[in-house]
Amino acid sequence: MQDNLLETTLVALQLLFSLDADLWDIIGVSFRVSLIAITAATVPAILVGFFLALCEFRGRTAVIAVFNALMAVPTVVVGLTLYLLLSRSGPFGELHLLFTQPAMVIGQMMLAFPLLVCMSHSAFQAIDRRAWETARTLGASGLMAAVTLMREARFALLAAIVAAFGRVISEVGCSMMVGGNIMSYTRNIPTAIALETSKGMFAQGIALGLVLLLLALFLNFILASVRGKGNLV
Amino acid sequence: MKKWIAAALSTAVLATSSVTHAAEEQIIRLATTTSTYNSGLLDKLLPVFEKKHNAKVQVIAVGTGKALRMGQAGDVDVVMTHAPKAEKKFVTEGYGVNPKSVMYNDFVVVGPESDPANIAGKGDVSEALAAIAEADANFISRGDDSGTHKKERSLWAATSRGSEFANYKEVGQGMGKVLQIADELNGYTLTDRGTWLAYEDRLRLKLLVQGDKRLFNPYQIIQVNPANHNGLNVNGGKQLSDWFVSAEGQQMINDFRIKGKALFHGSAQPAVANN
Repeated sequence: MQDNLLETTLVALQLLFSLDADLWDIIGVSFRVSLIAITAATVPAILVGFFLALCEFRGRTAVIAVFNALMAVPTVVVGLTLYLLLSRSGPFGELHLLFTQPAMVIGQMMLAFPLLVCMSHSAFQAIDRRAWETARTLGASGLMAAVTLMREARFALLAAIVAAFGRVISEVGCSMMVGGNIMSYTRNIPTAIALETSKGMFAQGIALGLVLLLLALFLNFILASVRGKGNLV
Repeated sequence: MKKWIAAALSTAVLATSSVTHAAEEQIIRLATTTSTYNSGLLDKLLPVFEKKHNAKVQVIAVGTGKALRMGQAGDVDVVMTHAPKAEKKFVTEGYGVNPKSVMYNDFVVVGPESDPANIAGKGDVSEALAAIAEADANFISRGDDSGTHKKERSLWAATSRGSEFANYKEVGQGMGKVLQIADELNGYTLTDRGTWLAYEDRLRLKLLVQGDKRLFNPYQIIQVNPANHNGLNVNGGKQLSDWFVSAEGQQMINDFRIKGKALFHGSAQPAVANN
């Protein structure tokens, strides 16, 4: 039993590199669920963001404000809402989705969606409106012009996706509520950290925390390097 | 604006300081198990003790594993748990002193009304578990190294084939949560009677197996060894553990009822690790 951070971290590294099966199982669940959730949420969310940035309609400001507010909803609340919907006594009880990976995916999509909408909306807003007009006058169809705009905003959009991924892969509240933390099925990195900590197994907790930290560093390095090459000047 | 913030801050500071000045009461930190806490027993008992000794008991409800770990690290003054073997180790390794047997309750096996493994009314818990494994029914395990989980593991170990079946699910959560999950998934689970009684009304599950003497569940209260740490409330910890085994404490434990049913039985005598 070691209680200081350094020793615990060393044991954690040993666990990671000794390919501890349970640990990698957990990491696998985390990545599978979060990647599916982000992949599924990205396209519709970016389209909504695009629409909000380029189309004038009544109540647009209100819609944007609502999406901004949704970003601040605690993950546990999203989890609880989904729990009540999917529970056997809830409206979608027939689907038997509660405590399954699909339920976790839905929850993470709900968490990622507002963030993706808001960040992509800002990304499109930042682009000079004349880019759109130029594309249109040069004879591009609406769709083509939209693609041009997406290209212009690609780094900001990528940053949005990375931020959303970062949010869902590290959230514990929703996954715990609707996934149920079932071993080798719905146990992901954050719920496993919560569990290992509650058992007093700090090394495992730190090991999993390290994975998340490395992942965050990796993603942000990728983002930075893409940006570095992609300067307009 | 700045004025407002300053005003708010000073109010907050004043409010907190007036609370701390209300009485020079001592703080005792008790790590205990979710099953004790969920039953509501401590909510009933502790105010009486607190009044008597001008103390405030801060209860930290976690699994037995973490409770003992907290005791080992000196984060709490007293632990009250129910895993005889782990407790014995805790004391022999010098982390705890003065273990006292406080009370016992029992475990029960609950499951769906449809009872696919057909275990209702079985008096032998091993047989019941073996039937669940045979039927490959959903069995939800605490999986969190708690006292209940340790108990469950030892019960599986005593069956012919153990818990190696597809629908054995470890969820690593507290007892109340596990009951909810079992309810949702139409699964069986092993629970302490206290949490079961507290949750019974909200669940469709039924009590299926009880009364086997292997389902007996003894609780001990152990003071954290003051030789290992500075700053423990040794005196308060001793007062608390003494009070639990005093005539008054034992009486209150015996009188505690959930829906007219007794849950815990006082057992102030040396406990032995018997399983």
